Amino acid sequence: MLDVINVSYDTQIPNNVGLSSDKKVLKALEKWHPGYIDWWNKLIPQNFQESLVYLRTAVSVDPKGWAKFDYVKMPEYRWGVLLAPQVEDRRIPCGEHAGEPAWQEVPGEYRNMLKRLIVIQGDTEPASVEQQRLLALMAPSLYDMRNLFQVNVEEGRHLWAMVYLLHKYFGRDGREEADDLLRRQSGSEEAPRMLGAFNEETPDWLSFFMFTYFTDRDGKMQLESLAQSGFDPLSRTCRFMLTEEAHHMFVGETGVGRTIQRTCEVMKENGIEDPCDTDRIRALGVIDLPLIQKKLNLHYTLSLDLFGQEVSTNAANAFNAGIKGRYQEIRLTDDHKLTGDTYTVWDIVDGKVVQKEVPALTAINMRLRDDYTRDAAGGVGRWNKIIEKAGIDFELKLPHEAFHRKIGVFADKLIDPEGRFITGAEYDEGMKEWLPSHADGDYIQSLMKPVYEPGKYASWIAPPKVGIDNKPGDFEYVKLHMA
Amino acid sequence: MNTPIKQHLIDPEICIRCYTCEMTCPIEAITHDDMNVVVDADKCNFCMDCIPVCPTGSIDEWRVVNTPYSLEEQFGWSELPPQEDLGEAESGMEAIDEAMAALLAEAHAGAGGKAVAPKSAAKPAINLYTLGKPAVAKVQGNYRLTKDPDHDVRHIILDLGGQPFPMLEGQSVGVILPGEDENGNPHLPRLYSVSSPRDGERANYNNISLTVKREPGGLCSNFICDLEQGAELQLTGPFGATFLLPDDAEARLLMICTGTGSAPMRAFTMRRQRAVGGKSGGMLMFFGARNPESLPYFGPLKKVPENLLRQELVYSRVDGQAKEYVQDRMLAREDAVAEMLTDPATHIYICGLKGMEEGVEHALTNIAESIGQPWATLRDVMRSEGRYHVETY
Repeated sequence: MLDVINVSYDTQIPNNVGLSSDKKVLKALEKWHPGYIDWWNKLIPQNFQESLVYLRTAVSVDPKGWAKFDYVKMPEYRWGVLLAPQVEDRRIPCGEHAGEPAWQEVPGEYRNMLKRLIVIQGDTEPASVEQQRLLALMAPSLYDMRNLFQVNVEEGRHLWAMVYLLHKYFGRDGREEADDLLRRQSGSEEAPRMLGAFNEETPDWLSFFMFTYFTDRDGKMQLESLAQSGFDPLSRTCRFMLTEEAHHMFVGETGVGRTIQRTCEVMKENGIEDPCDTDRIRALGVIDLPLIQKKLNLHYTLSLDLFGQEVSTNAANAFNAGIKGRYQEIRLTDDHKLTGDTYTVWDIVDGKVVQKEVPALTAINMRLRDDYTRDAAGGVGRWNKIIEKAGIDFELKLPHEAFHRKIGVFADKLIDPEGRFITGAEYDEGMKEWLPSHADGDYIQSLMKPVYEPGKYASWIAPPKVGIDNKPGDFEYVKLHMA
Repeated sequence: MNTPIKQHLIDPEICIRCYTCEMTCPIEAITHDDMNVVVDADKCNFCMDCIPVCPTGSIDEWRVVNTPYSLEEQFGWSELPPQEDLGEAESGMEAIDEAMAALLAEAHAGAGGKAVAPKSAAKPAINLYTLGKPAVAKVQGNYRLTKDPDHDVRHIILDLGGQPFPMLEGQSVGVILPGEDENGNPHLPRLYSVSSPRDGERANYNNISLTVKREPGGLCSNFICDLEQGAELQLTGPFGATFLLPDDAEARLLMICTGTGSAPMRAFTMRRQRAVGGKSGGMLMFFGARNPESLPYFGPLKKVPENLLRQELVYSRVDGQAKEYVQDRMLAREDAVAEMLTDPATHIYICGLKGMEEGVEHALTNIAESIGQPWATLRDVMRSEGRYHVETY
């Protein structure tokens, strides 16, 4: 009998989907595997590939088994195909097929829509590893380096998860799409990644933390909506991915939080009361809170663009088809069809930013984005607690959704972080306060000196309160290979 | 007066509100509001499913309380309250139960100071079950381990059924003897070190094993040794938070034991065998008994490969041979022991009858001196680093 909880190692690819008896898919995956390993090996600098990293590997998908910690060299990490256990008698949760049994095979009429969603999701996974490939060279500690690599290997596994679905359910064109996931490259001129935000390099660790906090949170919301899919294999895949995604949220939230913590500590130690006294604060080797606000403005607004247009027929179609649900669809208590409902979205009317009602079906993207914003605001509140606890008078805020947008009704409009239309001159002047300048970037870059001694941290970031896997403060999370 | 209980809490300052724990909890004991994610003390049954899935470590918080914190109290927290002063209760404690804590303190006294867990040891759960709320185990097996007619040592396998009973190697359980003592009070539980690894006597079955010697006139040992398959008995625990196995596979273990003191050593060995196989830093065991017929696990030990466990089996009562004790063999293997003493990866475990302490201490003193290390100093350093552990009775 197929053991769906424990991971089987009887093929080259660890899995709980019975690959050893699914020869066709196994063969296709084994053909894809060397290209993946090649991609990985060329990506991250060699001495890190040779280093022993204290990583978490799933040995089963039940709670007891999916967090096994051990030292491993990244190229030897057991990437595999892991699906959450099948829920008995699961039903399609939304749209016109709501209530019908969930599909175990691809529904023909939605084949292309499904494939496109899987490919877009799959494309972001390797893209972020590419964006972050050089960060270990300036890691603020071995602890942070380990967290980076954990995020990286899990993004790699998420790519595997999507590739499995393509191979298993989409035949020849699925295999071609899987190959293309390795062909496209973040930032490439000829073959860039599909979404804009995934073609920007992650230049420093504060950007990395902001990226994992905001951009990966978009990823989490997309996974949440795909976890509600009526196509059961996609739902099960995404449900398991979400448990891993929580670690990425953790890296982002605590990374920014520890940066704030350190800044506050150093300000206090040196008797600096004014958070905007940036020259003095920067002279002490920490990142001033106004600059953290600027980074937050930048990353938050970039991530909003990932949700697409305010009013979208694609999103309506995917929902109506039961391919993609809303956040926590099964916990919502409406009829799950949205045929007569409306939803409030932002728009521009007579030169003003206003809210208006639109058919709820077409506002699926916005609804998910609002859920995202609520989720993101929670962490900002916890960052503010750190500042408040230190007794410093400063509050971080999410800017208005209309600010600094490239997609949707607000694209390229002159709007300030409060959501007000302003003149070009005001905009140019204001931008100095609102978004990081090149000089700000240079300053952050100047702090990016690697710290490779166990238990030691760079000047600009506080140590974590709790170690990974309850390890003590001076635990050697990465045994560096020094060739 | 209320008996203090152990309450599972989540640290709101570290939690990132990903709700993974809430989605994982099989009995919906975890819930949240706009502020915090919290655990309902009335529902939580310590199954520990939420512990590994938490990305932050905020989930692994415990307080010993007389009255559990309510959900409303927890929703209002912006930080965890400190542990209330309930006398001895504090973090890193071996047991909440005062009597059990006292027994363990006595057992660990031979280490010469406050015991500290190995750095890389997993975090132990303690005192999940108490006299007031014991676990009920069913006997799955009761096997005699020794052939010596005067020396009846039993391997007892206990099935915990659906009760979560997370044990780490080196921890102990309390066995509750039915009935009352001469003063009409319930018997105090007797402590036994488990001889099975954390994933169970049989991997992934919720069972544990004990190694019990029948003592002439011993109430509890006779009760246990006479248990038949299918019989039930009540357990408290787990207890013990320091005599634990390092998770670091590179750690080297020097294990010295006699008789049923081999129980934790068996657990360590099985854990290593299952978790890391032959790639570990290695284990060296000095194991003393009267003769091969009275040495527990004599048969199974022969099958353990040398690269996992190097064995020095030592006998004190074999006809025609001079009496030999573990300390004698340690001195005979002086170089190997000395080399281990100089290695900061070495962890020493001593377990057996109180009577063995003096001889072993003497041998270690000699060997340490031979390499220019005053033993008392080295021992204190090792102990404070969680690398020297004694449990004798």
